Order: sequence, then C-alpha cells, then structure tokens
Amino acid sequence: MKTKDIVYVALFAALTAVLGLFPPITLPVTGVPVTAQSLGPMLAGAILGARRGGLSIVLFLVLVAVGLPLLSGGRGGFGVMIGVTGGFMFGWAISAFVIGLLIEKFWNRLNVLNAGLSIAFGGIVVLYAIGNAWVAVVAEISYWQATVGAAPFLIGDAIKVVIATAACLAVRRAYPLISKAG
Amino acid sequence: MIAGLYIDGNSALHRAAAGAKILAMIALGTGVFLIPDWPVVAVVLATVLLLYPVSGFGPRILWAQIKPVLWLLLIFFAAQLWLADWQAGLLVVSRIAAIVLFASLVTLTTKTSDLLASLERAMQPLRPIGVNPEKVSLAISMVLRFIPVIAQVAGEIRDAQRARGLDRSIVAMVVPLIIRTLKMADDVADAIDARSFD
Repeated sequence: MKTKDIVYVALFAALTAVLGLFPPITLPVTGVPVTAQSLGPMLAGAILGARRGGLSIVLFLVLVAVGLPLLSGGRGGFGVMIGVTGGFMFGWAISAFVIGLLIEKFWNRLNVLNAGLSIAFGGIVVLYAIGNAWVAVVAEISYWQATVGAAPFLIGDAIKVVIATAACLAVRRAYPLISKAG
Repeated sequence: MIAGLYIDGNSALHRAAAGAKILAMIALGTGVFLIPDWPVVAVVLATVLLLYPVSGFGPRILWAQIKPVLWLLLIFFAAQLWLADWQAGLLVVSRIAAIVLFASLVTLTTKTSDLLASLERAMQPLRPIGVNPEKVSLAISMVLRFIPVIAQVAGEIRDAQRARGLDRSIVAMVVPLIIRTLKMADDVADAIDARSFD
C-alpha cells in the first residue's frame, strides 16, 4: 500500500467517526432514530473502492473496539462490538468492501442506476443479511423475525443510499480515486 | 484529543494484562452461548455484576453500560415469552447482559494505549502475509488527528452553505467535505513521503 492509500484509509475512518457526531434524526410516526454514521461505510466503499474502503471501516472498528467513543451517541468499547448489534458493526466493513467491488466493476460506465443499486445492495442487502443473522443467534429468534424487527430502519437506509449515490457520482467527476474497472 | 472510555483505578482487573482480559472476554462470550441452562448463565451474570464493585465502579457506571441495550433486552425477553417461555427469556437476556457487561468492564479497566500496544504485538506474526504494524500504527494516529480537522472543516462548510441557503441539503454538505479533505489527504501523503517514511 502506498502512503497515499494509507492516508485515504485513515481519512474515511475519521470521516465515519465525524458522521457519528451529527445528532440523529428521529423519523416521524415510527420514532426510529436515523444516524448519519452508517453513511460512512457506503461512502468509503463507493469512493475508495473495495480494498481501501473495507480497510478504512476495519480501522474505524478497531478504534471503537479499543475503547474510543466514536460510535454515534459517544458509544464504544468491546460491549457494543460483541453485543446485540455487533453483526451490523462487522457487516459495515463487509458492506463497504462489497460496495467498492461493485462500484469498481461499473466504474467506466457508472451512472445513477448502477451506482445506486451497488450501494443499495452492499449497504442494505449485505449489511442486513449479516446483522439480522447475528441478532437472530443472540436473541434466539428466527431469521425472519429478526428481519421484521429491523424493517423500520430501512427508511433511513434508503435515504442514505440516495445521499451516498449522489456523493459518489459528484466525487467521481471532481476527484476520481478509483482508476480502472476491476 | 479524544478521551477513551477507560476509567482510572488500581483493582486486579485494572492491573491484569490487556491480552489476558481479551481472551477472558472471548472465553466468556463463547461459554455463555454453549450453556443452555438459564440458572448457570444467571450465576455468570451475577459474577460479572459483582466484578463492578470489586473493580471500584459504582451503580451509576454499571447503569451507563447496560442502559443502551436495555430496550433491546426487554424486546428480546418479550419475544421469548411469546415464542417459548420465561425460562428461555431469562436465558437470552442474562446471556446478552453478561457479555455486554463483561466486555464493557474490559473497556473500562484497560487503557486505550495498552490495547493498541497489544494489538501491535498481535500483528507481528502477520507480517509475512503483508500486514505492516508500523503502517497500521501510522493510520491509527492519523485517524485521531483527522477527526478534529474534519469536524472543523464540516463546520466551515455548513456556515458557507447556510449563506447560500443550502444548509438543509446533506449532499451539499458531504460532497465539498469529502473533496476538501481528500485534497488535504494528498498533501499529508506528500509530506509523509517527503520525510521518507517506509
């Protein structure tokens, strides 16, 4: 890895931490809190690509695990990492990697549709597959019940997919970091 | 500088090696999932609870650790009550509480710097497969330096976009933030290379 890649990895880990500083927005009717933090893995994957994007989230998670309060709401430490929502934490790294892989694949002909679908697949389908499986094991409920329980959070994630797609395409025009189709 | 979640003290847990505490945490986490009887898991939970006063932490600190997962525990207990019986509910709830509280205890009694040092030691055998512990340490220190810088740049961009009436658009916030900090990252990389790191 070149120095530049290491700096980018550190930058997106820090960006994910800063996104956690924004106060969560509570959705009307359902009352589900939506934090900006989960934009971090989407942006890391979509802007840095699979390897650097995935590593930046791994780096962020290492810092959370060693006890820095970088998760939204000032949380951190091993308790959140291996607790109930641990699957979503580890899933973030995999989701950033998958998003990066798909964006790299479509890089030369990237448009709203394939970028949006790539981010939605990695950031929602892959993330929830891992996160819900973890919840199902920890809480001894079925996978289906865990999925139903997580459904209210989908609205916030759909909004984040839209934001990440717009950001990914704008940064691609202004400051492209993924050079060739992978 | 960001303060870790460590709370100073001089108990046996504070003095124990970071690596040993992590191994104990993994053992406890695996153990409670292998035990299918709720009274045994409840005893484990009671022991973990007892470790809090033993390590010098009062009820307020204990409450702060369990509070974030409390509503989830209630939902899970209700789910088990509905799907199975109250014994199953107690098993699931005391299992999660034991893991979360013990993991939090490791975080509270271990300095972030000690954990990072044991992380760097643990990475040494991974050198042959391409993991460079010095580069990981460089990346970690850069994240800690970047967080306040990015937060400051974010503040500046928010003010600028407010003047344009765009302060409610998240895209108008995120895109300039990424591009400006990427330019900064390039300068930082050049500065590191100019000093012959590597």
